Amino acid sequence: MKKTLLAAGLGLGLALSGVAQAKTLVYCSEGSPEGFTPSLYSAGTTFDASSQTIFNRLVQFETGTTKVIPGLAESWTASDDGLEYTFNLRKGVKFHTTPYFTPTRDFNADDILFSYNRQWKEDHPYYAIGGEHLYFGWMGMDGLLSSIDKIDDYTVKFTLTKPESPFVSNLAMDFASILSAEYADNLTASGNQADIDFKPVGTGPFVFQSYQKDSMIRYKAHDDYWDGRSNIDKLVFAITTDASVRYQKLKAGECHVMPYPNPADVAEMQADPEINVLEQEGLNVGYLAFNTEKAPFNQKMVRQALSMAINKQAILDIVFEGAGSVAKNPIPPTMWSYNHAVRDYAYDPAGAKAMLDAAGVSGLKTNIWAMPVQRPYNPNARRMAELIQADWAAVGVDAEIVTFEWGEYLKRSNAGEHDTVLLGWTGDNGDPDNFMGVLLGCAAAKSGGNRARWCHEEFDSLLNQARQLTDQAERTTLYEQAQEIFKEEAPWVTIAHSVAFKPVRAEVTGFKVHPLGSHIFYDGVDLK
Amino acid sequence: MVPVFFGVTLVAFGFIRVLPGDPVEVLAGERGVSPERHAELLAQLGFDKPLWQQYFSYIGDIFQGDLGTSLITNRPVVEEFFELFPATAELGLCAILFALIIGIPAGIIAAIKRGTWIDQGIMSISLTGYSMPIFWWGLLLIMLFSNTLNLTPVSGRLSFLFDVPPVTGFMLIDTLLSDEKGSFLNALHHLVLPSIVLGTIPLAVIARQTRSAMLEVLSEDYVRTARAKGLSTYRVVAIHALRNAMITVVTVIGLQVSLLLAGAILTETIFGWPGIGKWIIFSVFSRDYFAVQGGLLLIATSIMIVNLIVDLLYGFINPRILHQKSKS
Repeated sequence: MKKTLLAAGLGLGLALSGVAQAKTLVYCSEGSPEGFTPSLYSAGTTFDASSQTIFNRLVQFETGTTKVIPGLAESWTASDDGLEYTFNLRKGVKFHTTPYFTPTRDFNADDILFSYNRQWKEDHPYYAIGGEHLYFGWMGMDGLLSSIDKIDDYTVKFTLTKPESPFVSNLAMDFASILSAEYADNLTASGNQADIDFKPVGTGPFVFQSYQKDSMIRYKAHDDYWDGRSNIDKLVFAITTDASVRYQKLKAGECHVMPYPNPADVAEMQADPEINVLEQEGLNVGYLAFNTEKAPFNQKMVRQALSMAINKQAILDIVFEGAGSVAKNPIPPTMWSYNHAVRDYAYDPAGAKAMLDAAGVSGLKTNIWAMPVQRPYNPNARRMAELIQADWAAVGVDAEIVTFEWGEYLKRSNAGEHDTVLLGWTGDNGDPDNFMGVLLGCAAAKSGGNRARWCHEEFDSLLNQARQLTDQAERTTLYEQAQEIFKEEAPWVTIAHSVAFKPVRAEVTGFKVHPLGSHIFYDGVDLK
Repeated sequence: MVPVFFGVTLVAFGFIRVLPGDPVEVLAGERGVSPERHAELLAQLGFDKPLWQQYFSYIGDIFQGDLGTSLITNRPVVEEFFELFPATAELGLCAILFALIIGIPAGIIAAIKRGTWIDQGIMSISLTGYSMPIFWWGLLLIMLFSNTLNLTPVSGRLSFLFDVPPVTGFMLIDTLLSDEKGSFLNALHHLVLPSIVLGTIPLAVIARQTRSAMLEVLSEDYVRTARAKGLSTYRVVAIHALRNAMITVVTVIGLQVSLLLAGAILTETIFGWPGIGKWIIFSVFSRDYFAVQGGLLLIATSIMIVNLIVDLLYGFINPRILHQKSKS
């Protein structure tokens, strides 16, 4: 019996090591994808299984950075007024050939028009297929786009309603993945339109083979991939929802890469010679927002005092178990325009108490809303709230911890029912506007995304100016000024930026941690 | 059956709606959605109508065999359920089989050796098994058998080395039908730990119930008579006592099936088992109204079917029950 098992183990080991076998990389993914059309969903799990494997976009993020590089567009130009973007498309790009579709033509402008119009035009035959195109709306594309025109088969022009500098970065996001218009036409002709979301066809490095819900997704390398065939012959997503089990599978050699380890397991992983723990500061921020519409949080001095009263290093040590860095700006330090010169409020309970006294605040009773869910930017909101509660008690502030079911929490905090609320954000496209505009702008204060409900004219005006410029250096200057105003006004206590850990087996080479959280198995990834 | 069915539809319909939050909010997450768009999307899904209208529309759809479409995956709920149900059924059957094979003999031995250290040992172990938190127990077994001893796979239903297309959804059958050599043994191998984990509590319950049922039967006059006639202990226990004791045991097995589904939620999570337990929990968290109300209805129907089978088994085990029914 033992011999049989050893032989089976050896067979598995050989397969994993890739000796005399097709190179198969197994990724223990954390959940099932909701579907395979990126524009319909918002979960990173879905993007890993679709946009990062099966599809490409006009422009893409360079693996491991947020730099925008050519994708299906070889190059692009912007008009001087920032209202027109012309993309020159790559020639000879092949769509996947699968048992359910054989392309008869290469990728061209029709595919661009199909992919965007499907999300934009309500009268498009595929608009209502599959549900709501969430990100298209979130990124404000419907209001931003004036027209998309095919100049010729390999040239497309986007006309905007207003200058918007993060526009090109938006096109690199997962929702902007390019689908095959020819495949869609075939499905329409056969009356199987819904198949477009479950039997995907793209131009990406991997071809979809099969999916068994909650179990496994299989891909094979796209032999005719425009950027060179992947080193990995077969890619398997072994869906494993529990982090402890993912770790056990990684240890046992049943998978090569796992996402989201338990923070408590990281030290043991780092000590294991068979596992390399890669790490990168995540593109995120965890914060406590003061509801600036409510007294006494409408006073700048109170907000500053309460910021000074919090021992952020203790939060980092206890809640993040050291896997992060103290935040002082609303954007993470890996993002361009981060203002290193900004000085954070030092932990000073005595000073905080004096400032509260000076502001005429004594015996303050308030609340701290703690998220009921775990997020990279806040692994344990309840614990974080308890630490803040204790810090504030030391300066005479009596805070009650409040929590709700997640949907309710978001709804109520959106409506401004809180005094102070713990929340955070993970960036979408590496643009500072995706943090400051979305979370601190005046428009967001009205729509609810700005949980501090803080609308500062000068700050908002800087963001608006920056949005209309295309020169990054000029934008950087404006964002740096905005960060100074933010710190002085203290609508949030910026708490931490977390570090993302990616344990991979030693035989995996070339794998990079992506700051936007994607898991990419192309672009130099190989097995020894 | 009919009142039970309508009761189940009411519970399934009401349960997900009494939870705070709605699918649009959960889907929007931190990014949020404007109140106007929120209302628009809810209206598109029909959730703006009065509850009674939603309920009657749900009942109307059930009678047309339509349990709706998942709000998350946009696939028909029935299709999703039957894609995942065989995995849960296969695991449940193996777990019950494991519990029966060990539990019944253990209960009989404990009854025969009543009051001895063997009896006390078996009962102590079964009490421990009954009290074992499934999550902890599963991880412990994985660490021991999969990582330390390298005897079993950590999770999943089949190694990625085998590509077996789903035909029946039951992996043991599908692997036998496929051309992939060695896949059947591999699937069996994957079933070992999850079956043990899921079967532990039913095993403990079955062992204890078998013991008490056997003790009761063994003290009956007819057993004493059988012993007095000089029959061997084997014949007395296996032929005369066990059959009567089995009625209680079968009842317990019937009850365990519904508890198995609760255990399956945890077991499926630990072992990456693609079954309906994990699916229904995910659907609750994402407020996928149609998946939850459809899934609960189908689960309740499966339990009703199992209980019907158990009722029929009574007659098979003890023909007097059939006679009583036919007389009345």
